[in-house]
Amino acid sequence: MNWNFIIFSVVKIAIVVGVVQGMVAYAVLAERKISAWIQDRVGPNRAAPPFVQAIPGLGRVLIRLGLFQPLADGLKFMLKEDFTPAGVRKVYFWLAPAIAVIPSMLVIAVIPFGSQLGHQQMVISDLNVGILYTFGIVSLGVYGIVLAGYAANSKYPFLGGIRSSAQMISYEISMGMAVIPVFLIVGNLNLSRIIGWQAQHGWLALYSPLSFIIFLIASFAETNRLPFDLPEAETELVGGYHTEYSAMKFALFFLAEYSNMIASAAMMVTLFFGGWTLPFWGLDHPAATLAAGIAHILVFVVKMLLFVVLFIWVRWMFPRFRYDQLMDLGWRRFVPLALLNILITAIVLWLLPVRN
Amino acid sequence: MIVNRKPLTLAERLYLPAIVGGFKVTFRHALRSLFGGKTVTMEYPEQKWAVPPDYRGAPYLVRDQDGNTKCVSCQLCEFVCPPKAIRIKPPGPAGQLADRPNAEKMPEEFEIDFLRCIYCGLCQEVCPEEAIFLLKDYSLTGQSRGEMIYNKEKLLALGGVHGGIQKWKSKLEEAKEQENFPVKV
Repeated sequence: MNWNFIIFSVVKIAIVVGVVQGMVAYAVLAERKISAWIQDRVGPNRAAPPFVQAIPGLGRVLIRLGLFQPLADGLKFMLKEDFTPAGVRKVYFWLAPAIAVIPSMLVIAVIPFGSQLGHQQMVISDLNVGILYTFGIVSLGVYGIVLAGYAANSKYPFLGGIRSSAQMISYEISMGMAVIPVFLIVGNLNLSRIIGWQAQHGWLALYSPLSFIIFLIASFAETNRLPFDLPEAETELVGGYHTEYSAMKFALFFLAEYSNMIASAAMMVTLFFGGWTLPFWGLDHPAATLAAGIAHILVFVVKMLLFVVLFIWVRWMFPRFRYDQLMDLGWRRFVPLALLNILITAIVLWLLPVRN
Repeated sequence: MIVNRKPLTLAERLYLPAIVGGFKVTFRHALRSLFGGKTVTMEYPEQKWAVPPDYRGAPYLVRDQDGNTKCVSCQLCEFVCPPKAIRIKPPGPAGQLADRPNAEKMPEEFEIDFLRCIYCGLCQEVCPEEAIFLLKDYSLTGQSRGEMIYNKEKLLALGGVHGGIQKWKSKLEEAKEQENFPVKV
């Protein structure tokens, strides 16, 4: 434990948390814009501070893209009345948003978002049990939602909480089983090593496509996104588990949802699409120069944003699954499929000569 | 009647063709609204919709072709107004005379509270002088409650001249004709 380590860790944490929060704000904008385009609409195109309107040409484009809408939204969340309804269980009501946000932020700690800048490895914590840590933290996320549903002391949030508890626990199982073949192939739980292996041998999505598909669908369910957004099905449950929340506490649930989305996009990029590496332009080995380090971070962010766009796109495409269909898909399709996938991978690896 | 549902084929049960179809449809729409400019949104303050001819907008007082006040302060509209949005102050016995022939009086003050008005059109229907009409204004705004109470001058200015109907003009001509008896047919 030296001061150097502490200072650099704090700086990395501050930057990563800041960037993720900013991404969340703009993911909301992307959600609104993409939904608008898919539905033949225009989307947010008005909000702007006065000085932007004065910029000739460019200012107009920025406003049309709605780039200042997240600022307005954030400001509004801060200025709204933070209302605590009568009859809620106050302690849990206050605790739930925090418990929802913290795990979604913690997951990002183990994800290598770049190779190196100078001598600093671009990962907050290079854990040897990275993926186990991730699954441990992700499964905490459900507590925030269940607690919110329970604390509100109102039937719709309660139903949302119950739905989410069942849904998230079921899909966690298939999610966890889906990634086992990845570790059988790589032979390591450290996410940086997994990226290193993919840089040498090619992306794991090619070796184990079934794992990727199960992981992708399970992460839609884990992040409560359509077609599995039963905990917050507006048409059925008013607003879902956060019906009784307002202002900043509601914003925290929003933040949790979107940073979960970003985190699972980052996980998918890391596990299946080579993380910060690209197989060409010599971007597949740790950076020696500062420019290459920045390029690696950009590669990672771009890959991640592609997945975030996929998450958003899918939301505006599919109807919601029915509850029994959701459970059927989780338990009777994905769990056996994932088990089969593990078995086949194990047999193939057993038959093949040892590679490394 | 019982409709036998066909069992889903393997492709349908895998959802995959539906997923591909969904991607295709949404992508087409996104491209169309992004680059084709084919959005259904009407960007309101800049673009406005065509108000249909029989639209019931805000009720305003109108003038006749000669620019005179048509309202004779009979107070029927005040009486019939369901939300009591209209308030008329009649001139009284010593008040101002009407500014047109064939009328005895006109209102000293005529106010419509547009915070109360429900745009029902009963005032227009009841008016014997055809002096008040629901015109096409639909977006009335103000900074205060007081600002939303429109007085006679404002209502007359907004109503403008109403062409076509001059109810008493034919009566006047008929009366003049009476003097040249026998009546020409």
